[in-house]
Amino acid sequence: MSTVTAAQPPLASVRRESLLRAVAIELARFSRRNTLAAIGGFVGLLIIVVALAAPLLAPRDPLKADFRRMNKPPDAQNLLGTDQVGRDTLSRVIYGARTSLFVAFSAVILGTTVGSLWGVACGYLRGRFDLVSQRIMEILQAFPDLILAMAISMAIGTGLSAVIFAIAITRIPFGGRVIRSVALSVREMPYVEAGRASGGSALRIMALHVLPQCIAPYLVLATTHLGVAIVIEAALGFLGVGVPPPTPTWGNMLADSITALVPPWWLAFFPGLAITVTVLAFNLLGDGIRDTLDPRLSPAFLRMMAGGRRG
Amino acid sequence: MKKYLVRRAVYAAVTLLGVSISIFVILRVLPGDPLVAILGVEGHARMMPADRARIMADLGLSDPLPLQYVRWMRDIAAGQLGKSFFRGDTVAEMIQHRGPISAEIAVLCLMISWLAGLPVGILSAFKPNSVPDGLARAMSVLFIAIPGFWLGMLIVLALLFWFGYKSPITIVQLWQNPWQNLQIVLGPGIVLGLAQAAYIARMSRSCLLEVIGEDFVRTARAKGLKEGLVVLRHALPNALLPVITISGVLLGFVLGGSVAVEQAFGVPGLGRALVTAVIERDIVVVQNLVLLYAVIFIGVNVLVDLSYAWLDPRIRFS
Repeated sequence: MSTVTAAQPPLASVRRESLLRAVAIELARFSRRNTLAAIGGFVGLLIIVVALAAPLLAPRDPLKADFRRMNKPPDAQNLLGTDQVGRDTLSRVIYGARTSLFVAFSAVILGTTVGSLWGVACGYLRGRFDLVSQRIMEILQAFPDLILAMAISMAIGTGLSAVIFAIAITRIPFGGRVIRSVALSVREMPYVEAGRASGGSALRIMALHVLPQCIAPYLVLATTHLGVAIVIEAALGFLGVGVPPPTPTWGNMLADSITALVPPWWLAFFPGLAITVTVLAFNLLGDGIRDTLDPRLSPAFLRMMAGGRRG
Repeated sequence: MKKYLVRRAVYAAVTLLGVSISIFVILRVLPGDPLVAILGVEGHARMMPADRARIMADLGLSDPLPLQYVRWMRDIAAGQLGKSFFRGDTVAEMIQHRGPISAEIAVLCLMISWLAGLPVGILSAFKPNSVPDGLARAMSVLFIAIPGFWLGMLIVLALLFWFGYKSPITIVQLWQNPWQNLQIVLGPGIVLGLAQAAYIARMSRSCLLEVIGEDFVRTARAKGLKEGLVVLRHALPNALLPVITISGVLLGFVLGGSVAVEQAFGVPGLGRALVTAVIERDIVVVQNLVLLYAVIFIGVNVLVDLSYAWLDPRIRFS
């Protein structure tokens, strides 16, 4: 802590360096306290890198069929085997990471952002707007996630953007609810009152005073919902209403695998393993971020509440 | 208490109305022509405009939207849920045949989640940060991350490979042949139940730990009560309320998740009927089944709120 506050020389370059150092120190402290979360973050980052570098890493073309090598179990030539038309499973899993992560990230960012902005407006403006908005969010939450996503993607078609949109809509009420409660408490703060007293418009106060307080819960929300979004995307693909084939996604691959009478185990196993590892990584990271940013929920705090002798 | 009940009921009714309207709107903005789905692209192209108009009118699709909506609601009130475009069986029959199977899965899942989740949560909270606690938490993190439909696929595959076993794929009701029926619902029930158990274990652990820090628990300890009694008699009842809420919210996951898990196990339940209908763009079936799922979800959440009010004297007597 002392190194962060003490190192503030006037030179811009030095300051940038100390900022980097501060970030590094913060990261190191975070990983020391939340080892699991740091591992989750590292694995998540690795998966993102794999997704971005898919063309460099994938040993073969994920779409190219090879009829001489159909349904081959894992061997030296195809490390994770091949599917019914001889496409390389490893390459498809790697390219699948691209689609799955792209859909999940876009949907979560879109849904959580819209929901959060809406929540800020609800919490700050209150009144009739809030009342009506709450009912709308209740309606959205009255549908089971996957079923709402299925209905929406059925209505607007089954392209990539339709799937993103469908998943994003199911994320809106979560952002709305949580951020609304934050905005409700922030609006009673003296500095918000001061802003109002000095004549700031509602929009200005929301943007400058309320919004910054919502960043931490927003980050927590976004990371926690990444895992959910990945599972919904995979489930949609598995049910045949997600991103249409031949685009390799983890869900599509699982759907392909059960069309066979006796599904080859490698086709059923590896895409699902990829989903599980990714979801696990993001969930662990999300838990760690929540514990750090929202101390009320951290195990350390609960332990303190539980009294020293149980620690 | 009465006031609370009335308000809750009014909210539920408003939500229900909104839900039905939004289903209707979502499915009518559908860009695809339902007749293409019924007749195929070629059949549709060969159709005369007059025929087209007649078929649309027969299906009630050419009336103004508000009229269509009112008619839908009237039909539901009369117990007429319409017919599948393709199969000729009515939605009511579908619910009658397949509903019990999906309901059994949900009940089984609920039972497993509480029977497995709560004891694990209590044991964890007894000795936080001990080895069993760490093991329980690792398991719950794992089961939350594993997609149910994948676990289901693996179980089906493993049974097929190692035992040559395949669960029955036709509808067998509990009252027809309990043994066969159990073989159908056991797999999905366990897979869904384990994921819910993981959430319940986690929630009950953290709620218990929070309550254990309260003054009345210290008092109970101070008067010399055994630790087991302190936790079970004093801490647990106070920690259960949020766990019950979570269990209600989780039902949304179960209802949605069961759709994919039913598909993975090849269970002839309502979820699979819904998936088939979505793929075939069978609007009548989709709109009624989605509404049914939403009604169940809303109903359960009302029940959870009521049980909350009933269990918490602060709400009961206000």
